[in-house]
Amino acid sequence: MRNMEYAVRGKVVITADSITSSLKTNPSAYPFSKIIYTNIGNPHSVGQKPLTWPRQVMALVDLPDDVGVDNPNVSKLFPQDAVERAKELKSYMGGCGTGAYSHSQGIRGIREEVAEFIEKRDGGIKCNPDDLFLTNGASTGIGHILTACISGPSDGVMIPIPQYPIYSASLALLGGKQVGYYLDENKEWSASIEELERSLKEAKKNGVNVRAFVLINPGNPTGQVLSSSAISSVIKFCSKHSLILLADEVYQENVYDPNKTFISCKKAATEAGMLGKFEMVSFHSTSKGIFGECGRRGGYMELTGFDPDVQAQIYKLASSGLCSGIPGQVMTSLMVKGPKPGDVSYDSHENEKKTIFDSLKRRAVMVSEGLNSIEGFECNAAEGSMYLFPKVDMPEKAIQEAKKQGTNVDTLYSLSLLEATGICVVPAAGFGQEPGRAGFRTTFLPQEEEMKQAVELFKSHHEQFLEKYK
Amino acid sequence: MTARLGLGLARGVSGVGNRAAAYTLRPFSAEPKVLFGQYLANARNTEMLFDSIGDGKEVLTKEEVQAFLEDVKPFIRPEALDEIEAKAAGECLNREYFKKWLVLATRFDSQRNSKMAKYYGMLGEQSGAVHKEPKSWNESTMAQNLRRMQYAVRGQVVMKAETLMAEGKEIIFTNIGNPHSVGQKPITFYRQVLALCDLPPQYGVDHPEASKMFPADVIARAREMQDAIGGSGTGAYTGSQGVLKFRQDIASFIEARDGQPCLPGNIFMTNGASSGIQAILTGLIADMNDAVMIPIPQYPIYSALIALLGGRQVGYELDESKGWSVSTETLKAQLDKAEAEGLRVKALAMINPGNPTGQVLSEEDVFTICKFCCANGIVLLSDEVYQRNVYAPGKQFHSAKKVAMERESELRNLQLVSFHSTSKGLIGECGRRGGYMELYNIDTFVQTQIYKLASAGLCSGVNGQIMTSLMVKGPEEGGESFDLFIKEESEIMESMKRKAKMLVKGLNEIDGIDCEDAEGAMYAFPRIQIPQKAIDAARKKKQSPDTLYAISLLEDTGLCVVPASGFGQADGRIGFRTTFLPPDDVMEGAVEDFKRHHEKFCEQYA
Repeated sequence: MRNMEYAVRGKVVITADSITSSLKTNPSAYPFSKIIYTNIGNPHSVGQKPLTWPRQVMALVDLPDDVGVDNPNVSKLFPQDAVERAKELKSYMGGCGTGAYSHSQGIRGIREEVAEFIEKRDGGIKCNPDDLFLTNGASTGIGHILTACISGPSDGVMIPIPQYPIYSASLALLGGKQVGYYLDENKEWSASIEELERSLKEAKKNGVNVRAFVLINPGNPTGQVLSSSAISSVIKFCSKHSLILLADEVYQENVYDPNKTFISCKKAATEAGMLGKFEMVSFHSTSKGIFGECGRRGGYMELTGFDPDVQAQIYKLASSGLCSGIPGQVMTSLMVKGPKPGDVSYDSHENEKKTIFDSLKRRAVMVSEGLNSIEGFECNAAEGSMYLFPKVDMPEKAIQEAKKQGTNVDTLYSLSLLEATGICVVPAAGFGQEPGRAGFRTTFLPQEEEMKQAVELFKSHHEQFLEKYK
Repeated sequence: MTARLGLGLARGVSGVGNRAAAYTLRPFSAEPKVLFGQYLANARNTEMLFDSIGDGKEVLTKEEVQAFLEDVKPFIRPEALDEIEAKAAGECLNREYFKKWLVLATRFDSQRNSKMAKYYGMLGEQSGAVHKEPKSWNESTMAQNLRRMQYAVRGQVVMKAETLMAEGKEIIFTNIGNPHSVGQKPITFYRQVLALCDLPPQYGVDHPEASKMFPADVIARAREMQDAIGGSGTGAYTGSQGVLKFRQDIASFIEARDGQPCLPGNIFMTNGASSGIQAILTGLIADMNDAVMIPIPQYPIYSALIALLGGRQVGYELDESKGWSVSTETLKAQLDKAEAEGLRVKALAMINPGNPTGQVLSEEDVFTICKFCCANGIVLLSDEVYQRNVYAPGKQFHSAKKVAMERESELRNLQLVSFHSTSKGLIGECGRRGGYMELYNIDTFVQTQIYKLASAGLCSGVNGQIMTSLMVKGPEEGGESFDLFIKEESEIMESMKRKAKMLVKGLNEIDGIDCEDAEGAMYAFPRIQIPQKAIDAARKKKQSPDTLYAISLLEDTGLCVVPASGFGQADGRIGFRTTFLPPDDVMEGAVEDFKRHHEKFCEQYA
């Protein structure tokens, strides 16, 4: 556990939190009045409003009938379709309500809705609710799967570099090895089969028994959206080497590039004639997308091609946590099944979704263009997800200074940025990157005005930084 | 023997009986083959199959392997066959290897597995069935710690109950402390505040007609909570330890309860108590020599998590004849024994009030355990999730923290983590996954590591946090909701008290059932006497006698209890755990059913 690192909430964030508290006692301690948190994909904490309709349904589901759906005044506060949907969800729970543990895989009726959503998304490919596990966000699902496949320190999992640190952190905790494969920044963060084979071969040479392969699509922190053929080649690679494919697809709704569409691994596997012939788990979550309901801890995973004994063991693991939280299950249901066309809330719900999506799209472009306009910055467009991951040319003196302080130049830079501007980013080193590269990850979640300011601040800080380490 | 073999390996196989007779070494008689047939049919009896193959260190002879393989060859992948034959010829084949090989050599994929009828046919025709590559991730290659983990509360009996329910049988689930699933109503005030917290202000607290649906104190509390959470609302991650204001509420609650100070900085909000227990055990267990002392009987989350984390459990028996108490001598004896085996005992779990045993520890009992931990440098994990569920007159809950602070001079170095949850008590909001743990006198470095672990899970669910704050701080006296709240709480409390008494009394009236008082918690844990024939029958089925009993009870009455062996118990004891959560009339019927079934069961095996 001591070896586990979790960059998204690491040193820079801790400094940011302490700055926040000192600003409270002394507002003029820093050249800014508050911290802009761009370190974490936590949309509601930086001004994104929750969607109204899901919250209304959720509130009604939690209320006992007599003070909720059956209250004579309910229509004064809640639209009809929210009341209906709440009744439907309550009927799935069979009188137990939201206060009871559910089936360990999650409420059956909700899993059926998720299955329907997946079938529709993938153009009719069958989905069995028995293969779905509702989870507390994607993280617990990932934890379960890794727990079940890491037996000892020689077991390894291939993860992209750069990667979202939940993988490296969970692996360190479980005592497994991480086997990195590099994404090529020059080719929009794609991975070549040669690189995958190289990485695997090297791992095997080092005595690592590689068990699983993590694919993040759209990418985090890198934001790329993979094509069907790119996914197929990963699938073939996994199948050839008997690796379990962990498809992290939590950003599936966050695709901004008009020329790109999200293609699920399940769909790509079907098209390649491989579905069910190798083991795959795909993850989704209510924390991202347009919902951004991080605090709700909702999500699901779908297992395909699994040995029934292992699936039974995963069920056991889910049982020992008793079940995922019911509010998260309800939110997952609402994410996969919104109001129908013609319902009272349909238009407003769709409008709210569109407003959020369009704004994210604008910010994705604005911030990446802004960063690219800074000399010494190089930043790929965010085709998807919520992040930009610029490469920054660091002056040699800064690199030396970082060494002297026993840290890396990314952290030195991020702390300098934080103290000068109040912007809290994550040093790129926390995600892993090619040797010699330096940079950071920023979200583009804060509201547009604030993001515009942030771009200016990135620029002015960079100039200061260069001056200081000239 | 021939008939039994026929069961497993289907028609068309000739001469099996003769060959079976040729096996000389026990246990490699016919049994592995029978079980292998069952394993092929449903891929489920692997453990029994493995048991029958015998101890891992024993060597298998070439003849034994060949005889075993004779008529099961069609099920074995050709390359695997070559491998085992080569190995057997080399005479270096131990049984452990054989087991591993067997799994890898015969693994089917899930689609084929469901069509096993076809396999019987194929065996009959002696067709050389072509088998796919085994899955890389299978029973023998998966994390073995997970395989070893057992979780009785949702084990074999519950699975059977779910099957029966799917077939239309009415099941009374008394296996799990899940109050709302068996008719307990949620407390209105809590739910109203929660609902308002989730609604965006203009549709909730600020809606002009909000007061038509929600009482004023509900609106005020929701507003206060929304302020505490900040503008980001219930949809954002909170700080990793939980919202500060809620932790302050918890600290005030603990201070009021114990009359001792409590710092919000030492509180970590968790998803139920389970995730807190898991975090702490993760922080404690470094390798297979690290051990945790747990009570026997115990709530199986401890044994399950210890197995999962690859540590060792050291049981200390609670003395049923002394109201499930424990003496320093027992603790010391177990500790010495563990240390003699080379184990490092890092922590001790104390469950008060007890689960499954229901005892409420006296202040002196708590002190005894604290003192023991203190003297031996053991971290005390105090599971206090049933602290409000105390029914016995004259009994009172004493928190370990209070005892530790009041008698600080004697317990100076005690390291303590206490757990609480929204799933139990009178609130029973299991689905909400709320709870907290309090760290007391824990090393600062360790505490930052626990913080890191909490960070990796990002934070506990916000709804669970809200519910926890509500649990520790209800409506204020004089507010609009106060009377209803008190009425709802006391109804739940009175009903639990009544049912606890009624159930224990009813069980004790049955000849052959003895049950200690349920002073607290939500369970009765009777011991039963059953005929020797039933014990023999269970052994034959490779079941524990109480599993046989529980399944019989389930099939006969629809009552789903947990076999006592799932919690651990003294050698030779047999029993089960049942909750008393279903409504009064259902519980009254249940007592009748317990009686009727017990008589029938004894008669059946007389």
